This record gives sequence, C-alpha cells and structure tokens, in this order.
Amino acid sequence: MRESIIMKIHYGTALGAVALVAVHILMRMSQKFSDSLQYQNVITNYHFLPYALMLEAILILLSVHGFNGLRVILLELKQGSTYEKMINYGSLAAMAILIAYGSRTILMAGMGVS
Amino acid sequence: MAVVEAPKPSEESNTKTSSQPNTITLRIARSNPSEGQEPSFSEFQIPVQKWTTVLEAILYVKQNFDHSVAVRYSCRQASCGSCGMKINGRPALACYTKVSELNSNVITVEPMNNFPIIRDLAVDFKQLISNHKKMKPFIIREDSEVTPESKEFIQTPQDLEKFLQFSYCIKCGLCNSACPTMATDTSFIGPQGLAQAYRYVADNRDKGKDDRLKIVDDSHGIWRCHFAGSCSQVCPKGVDPAMAIQLLRGYLLGFRK
Repeated sequence: MRESIIMKIHYGTALGAVALVAVHILMRMSQKFSDSLQYQNVITNYHFLPYALMLEAILILLSVHGFNGLRVILLELKQGSTYEKMINYGSLAAMAILIAYGSRTILMAGMGVS
Repeated sequence: MAVVEAPKPSEESNTKTSSQPNTITLRIARSNPSEGQEPSFSEFQIPVQKWTTVLEAILYVKQNFDHSVAVRYSCRQASCGSCGMKINGRPALACYTKVSELNSNVITVEPMNNFPIIRDLAVDFKQLISNHKKMKPFIIREDSEVTPESKEFIQTPQDLEKFLQFSYCIKCGLCNSACPTMATDTSFIGPQGLAQAYRYVADNRDKGKDDRLKIVDDSHGIWRCHFAGSCSQVCPKGVDPAMAIQLLRGYLLGFRK
C-alpha cells in the first residue's frame, strides 16, 4: 500500500476517533460521573446496540491510528529491509489482535456473557 | 596553537568601539574517521575585523597556524554551497557568517550534522546529491527537445512565483543538517530533495509530476517530515523547504491538482 494511502487512513482515523471519543465522554455527562461507572450502567451501555457499535468503532479507529503511529516511530528509529518488514507486519498483527480481543469483550458484554 | 581566555568585558567593549582588530578564539573540530582519529578541538587565536567572515578566520588558521585543517570552500559569496558547517551550534555557511554577528569571542566550528565526516569540517555529500538526482531535477516533457519549430514555454509571473524561491537552492546541505528526522532516519529523502521535487512539480512547464509524487510517496519519503521547520530557519538563500513539503503533501492528499 502506498504511504499516502496509509497516511490518509492515519489522519482519517485520528479525526474519527476524536469525534467518537468526544461523544463517548459527553455520554458520561448524562448522569453523575461515578454513577456512569457503576457495573449495571456499564453493562447497559454494552446492551444498547448503537452505543456498542460506537465503542467498536472507537476500538478500531484507535487501534489502527495508534499502531500505525508506533510503526512510523519505529521506522524512524532504525532502518533496514528485514527490520522494516518486521515492523510493518508486527504492527498489522498487533492491530488485529487488539481489535479481536476488544471486540470479544464488547460482544461478550453485549450478549450478557461474563 | 594556543588556548586563550575570553577578553574581560571592559576590553571587549573597548575593542568593539575601536577600529583595531579584535581577537577571538576559533575552536575547530578535528577528526579523521578513516584513520580512526577521535573527534577533538583545536583552538586558535585569530585577529578579526568587523567584516571578517568565519571562512576567512578558518583560512587565516590554514595560512598561519595549521595548514592541515580540512575545509571545503569555493566561491566565498554564498553561491556555491560548499562551506556549510555548524557555527556555534547552528548550521550556516562560513563565507556568509561574519564573526561580528555571532556576538561571541569564542567561535566553535564543527562539521554539519547528519552527514558522514570525511575529515575535520569536510563532509560527504554523496547521499544529498543522490537524493537530489532521484527527484529528477529537470523539466520532463515530450516536446522539450529544441527543433527549428520550437517555441518558448510561456509562463506568467504568477506561474514563476510558484516555484521561483525553490530554484534558489544551492545544495549546501544546511537544511538536511538541521533536520531532526534526518538525525534518526538515514533513509529519509530530506528537505533539500523534497523541496526540489516541489520546485519541479509546481512548474507548469513540467509533465513529470506523477513520477516525482511516486518517488516521494515512500515509507522514508515526504510523510516522515515532522514540520519542525528548522530547514527553513537555516537556509542561507531564503528557500522554505518546510513549506514546499506541506505544499507537496497537498498534491498527495488531493487538495492540490
């Protein structure tokens, strides 16, 4: 993939994450902050499909943005074709693992499995 | 060769107002990596006038104290880009920097950062020149061969203004030396190469835009610029490579056509 496409994704995910995290924080203000962290309230959030989808979107956006950012930093620290391949594929794998693990949590909480 | 103390404040003010030559200490970084010589500094006491340039001070050392000091220079008028070095920690052209404007009695000259050192103040420009060539620094178009029917490629002053300042680049390497990305990413094209790519991309006579955009759109290309802006700060010719990089990014992001 061309670097410009990767960077477009990088900037896009940043903007998307800022917008959705803002919504996520504003939702905490619909009640007292301490109440919003009560077990039942958190579970209710996961049971509300649009909110669960938003959490999934935040997870994907932040994972993609964060691991690409880390990839860029690591590419600047050291060079070499083997190292760069390792970093590129390693970042992709880490991204996929984090998304899979986070999605599993969202899915299980949404289905009421604890 | 001698180590001297900086003149006391009263002496300093006296010398500044008089027309007598001031005396400064010139510290020259010495090293010879090919012979495993560790970096060190040689110090020399140099008489200077208010118009003396750092290059003239170095040449004074070569003429009077130590002819083995390695320094690259040619035109002495900021046109050839040969005498780039770090002067009191800041990349600058030695021929274009007057000792008097440094406001110090101790001048330290070192080879530029981010370049392999050949010896003392002379650095290797191989990578800079190779990156410059990689940008295809010439007008690309099918009909560029001159024929009897050839007509000049007409440009308006507005067309010219888009790239003119970037054509003032003298390839002195100061921008690459000041670039923080180049310090860690040795494969980075660098502000000089990227500014040259923009110079030709913005030229309406050129048809090689797509080729050049492909070259800079690399994992060690244009996207690795952090926009620190130090390249533009140190350019002795008033070129603004940081701006060129941002404008070039506009083409890749689709904001500019």
